[in-house]
Amino acid sequence: MGRRVLLIEDEPNIIEAISFILSRDGWTVHTHTDGVTAMDKIARTPPDLIILDVMLPGRSGYDILRDLRANPATADLPVMMLTARGQTKDRELAERLGVTRFMTKPFSNAEVIENVRALAGA
Amino acid sequence: MVSFKLLIFVALCYVAFLFTVAFAADRRAAQGRDNWLRSPITYTLSLSIYCTAWTFYGAVGYAARSGLEFVTIYLGPTLVLVGWWWVLRRLVRIGRSQRITSIADLISSRFGKSTGLGVLVTVLAVTAATPYIALQLQSVTLSFEVFSQQSGSDWHGNDTNLTALWIAGGLTLFTVIFGTRNLDANERHHGVVMAIAVEAVVKLFALVAVGAFIVWGVAGGPVETLAMIDASPISQFQQPGGRWVALTFLSAAAFLCLPRMFQVLVVENSDERHLATASWAFPLYLFLMSLFVVPIAVVGLDLMPEGSNPDLFVLTLPLALGQQGLAMLSFLGGFSSATSMVIVATIALATMVSNHIVLPLWLRRRSSGASLHGDVRQVVLLSRRLSIAGVLALGYVYYRLSGGGTALAAIGLVSFAGAVQVLPSMIGGMFWRGATHAGAAAGLVTGFSVWLWSMFLPSFGVGEILSPQVFAHGPFGLGWLRPQALFGIEGLDPVVHAVMWSMILNSAVFFLVSILTFPTPLERLQGTQFVNVFDHSHGARSWTQNAADAEDLLIMSQRILGPTEAQAIFQREASAQGKAGYLPDVTPRFVERLERELSGSVGAATAHAMIGQLTQGASVSVEDLIAVADEAAQILEYSSRLEAKSSEQERTARQLREANEKMTVLSVQKDAFLSQISHELRTPMTSIRAFSEILVDGGIPRPDQARYARIIHEESTRLTRLLDDLLDLSVLESGQVTLSRQTGVLNDVLDRAVAAVGLRDSGLEVRRSRSDEAVTLVTDLDRLTQVFINIIANVRKYCDHAQPVLRILVSRTAAGVTVDFVDNGKGIDKDQQELIFEKFSRLTDPGKAGGAGLGLAICREIMNRLGGAISYLPGQGGAAFRVFLPAEPPDLPAG
Repeated sequence: MGRRVLLIEDEPNIIEAISFILSRDGWTVHTHTDGVTAMDKIARTPPDLIILDVMLPGRSGYDILRDLRANPATADLPVMMLTARGQTKDRELAERLGVTRFMTKPFSNAEVIENVRALAGA
Repeated sequence: MVSFKLLIFVALCYVAFLFTVAFAADRRAAQGRDNWLRSPITYTLSLSIYCTAWTFYGAVGYAARSGLEFVTIYLGPTLVLVGWWWVLRRLVRIGRSQRITSIADLISSRFGKSTGLGVLVTVLAVTAATPYIALQLQSVTLSFEVFSQQSGSDWHGNDTNLTALWIAGGLTLFTVIFGTRNLDANERHHGVVMAIAVEAVVKLFALVAVGAFIVWGVAGGPVETLAMIDASPISQFQQPGGRWVALTFLSAAAFLCLPRMFQVLVVENSDERHLATASWAFPLYLFLMSLFVVPIAVVGLDLMPEGSNPDLFVLTLPLALGQQGLAMLSFLGGFSSATSMVIVATIALATMVSNHIVLPLWLRRRSSGASLHGDVRQVVLLSRRLSIAGVLALGYVYYRLSGGGTALAAIGLVSFAGAVQVLPSMIGGMFWRGATHAGAAAGLVTGFSVWLWSMFLPSFGVGEILSPQVFAHGPFGLGWLRPQALFGIEGLDPVVHAVMWSMILNSAVFFLVSILTFPTPLERLQGTQFVNVFDHSHGARSWTQNAADAEDLLIMSQRILGPTEAQAIFQREASAQGKAGYLPDVTPRFVERLERELSGSVGAATAHAMIGQLTQGASVSVEDLIAVADEAAQILEYSSRLEAKSSEQERTARQLREANEKMTVLSVQKDAFLSQISHELRTPMTSIRAFSEILVDGGIPRPDQARYARIIHEESTRLTRLLDDLLDLSVLESGQVTLSRQTGVLNDVLDRAVAAVGLRDSGLEVRRSRSDEAVTLVTDLDRLTQVFINIIANVRKYCDHAQPVLRILVSRTAAGVTVDFVDNGKGIDKDQQELIFEKFSRLTDPGKAGGAGLGLAICREIMNRLGGAISYLPGQGGAAFRVFLPAEPPDLPAG
């Protein structure tokens, strides 16, 4: 299993924080901020794992997740979703769409690393 | 001896005085203090433009040449005012209810808002008025000449053409300045009317003064004057009955049909009741004007050397008798007569040319999008100004061509006979529902042609335009087409001949063609409106429901009426429908009212065409029209009562429906907000937590440590700001907020707001007018600053133009101060305009906006507390917010 993580998120400070934590743990982190072009980015440089924000400009994380699962090439790709809207119905929707892990912001750094390692190892 | 230079100086002073009068009247009208401007006396005096230089100078010449025949020129209008009072009242009522701007507009509007008829009448009116304007130029030129000869000055002494050119230029300037300041002809030209009323007094005073001097100072008293008249050749003249009848008819008809008379009688009329005063006061004025004509003529013939021009007796007699002051007064009287006529006539003609020829052409050239693009106001004003210059230029050309030699009265009659060709269509249209567009067009063309052939072209003189051959044997040897002996009837006086044939043929063709053709539904509808103008005052139901978009209509109206007036109309309508903001529902009734407002500016046919472009139906559905045109009185009344009831129910139902929809939307929004607020709180929290954990872990280089600490600081500020906004709003909403009363200048408040937003790196350019902003405010200045900051910050965030520009426009009314913020972005969609002031609403992505959508909600609460308002102003191109502050601040504690 490779160690390439694609982080799709639009808040610059959160991007910086997650990039830092994962790089320190030895992961190669690519980032992308726009919802509309996210699918192109994934197709161009296929990652081993995706960390996906829900509220993205242009297109929501749910829509991207739905596309990923519909495409056989990415149907099994591990996807960890992050959201600041921690309502139950958000988690349920994500699970119905086939998310691998679901995390609510704010998170502890250790938790993120733990989840990423678990997904990459799976 | 009056030096010529003094004369010029006095004339210029007089013009300056008129400017002052007109300007003061306009100012008073603008301030709403125009009660005395609208008095029946002013109205009556303004009618005196009927008495032109022809009357002032020419009547005496007329009397010297043809005896009492000049009286017919006064008899006609007197008969109309005394006997045809009801015709005038109907004309004025129609003019007001249909917002008629000119006689061409009246005919065009009556016969189905036809563009073609408007053009026809305009061409006719301009042609007919040309000799008349030439006549005025000629009389003023002649009077200048008299003085220059008498004083031996060589200032243009021998070049009368140059003098006439100067006069034409001066008149153009005066007319443009005062005639084209207000666009809407129905707003009326207060300044011009006032100046004309003053001129009316001057010319009457001058003529009476000269007359009194002649009777008492020269002849030795009334008894001696009568004896002189008895002894003079004037009493010997035979008065041919045919000419009397024809001339009386002609002057009566001209009183109704001359474009300038229509302008003062109908367009400038502010109250129908003024007609009652005018019906006795104006004949009295005419009587006084004519009282001394014969004595002056008799004494002139007696005293002046053989071969002097009797047209100038009013001027030359006092000069010959050494009365320099009186001569000067007389000169001013003649000058007044000429200038007032030219000014009103050119305004009336210019309105017609621009509304019926220039604008339709312009509309056609720009085809479908015309009503939305380009500034119609500028086009209208420019075309009116050019038309004024054009009309005066034509007058000057006629003056040069006719050689300036013809007697004044003869030229005047040519004009009268041309103008009255409109009479059959006008009277027919007002009283006969069966009159049709085709009939009116055919009658007008026939009458116009006969007049051109038998009167206008011959007026240049035998051999000038028509050869002596044509006069003697007709064109191509067709004897029955001889210009002054049509159909072989010879021996008639040329004027009687031309008036008789043109009117008979005009009326006959109008009647016959009307009978043979069928009116279109729109014509039938307008016919009903004109003929039954006193029965029902509501207009044509020409527009189908919701055919046009309210914002498009507003944009178009703003271009024509100007933003202030258009917005006022729309806001009034919206609040009458029980809606907030500036966009009412487009009901047929509203479109119709709007059409009438617009037709006041650009004429009925053009307004109809412009609205037609915006409503998909373009023209009117036949069913609609026939339903209305079928005018059984009871059905109309019954249905209008039913309609009133059902529209009221409809309104209540709509209000309920809207309230319900709004609540649903709000509840969905509230849910979304909870989710939103969670997001807004958790996002900064995420960064704070992540970076503080990183810092706690340690082992970070110092520069990174500092940066991470800064991020933590930034994000906690963001959190605080959000909480502050929430608290602020809840305090404002619950009314627990304390406001303080401060005094300051709007300029400083805006400066502070712009500085607080910090535009340095944003590329946003702010355009302001410091002079407009010098307004003292009494309100809570800090809160007001907060509102401005929110608006400007929004523009910085949302304006999507490559080079964003924000214009801040300040205007003051009696009610208070209005501050508009208009950017050049793509604006806000119509369906969202009402939602933006609700809290928790935010139109774009959260990441970009960086707020929770509370800014405008806070602004609205603050403005409510300050007794003012904030609203979205549609139709400005970009996003536009209007902040209104009342002149009287609500009770605020001093702070």
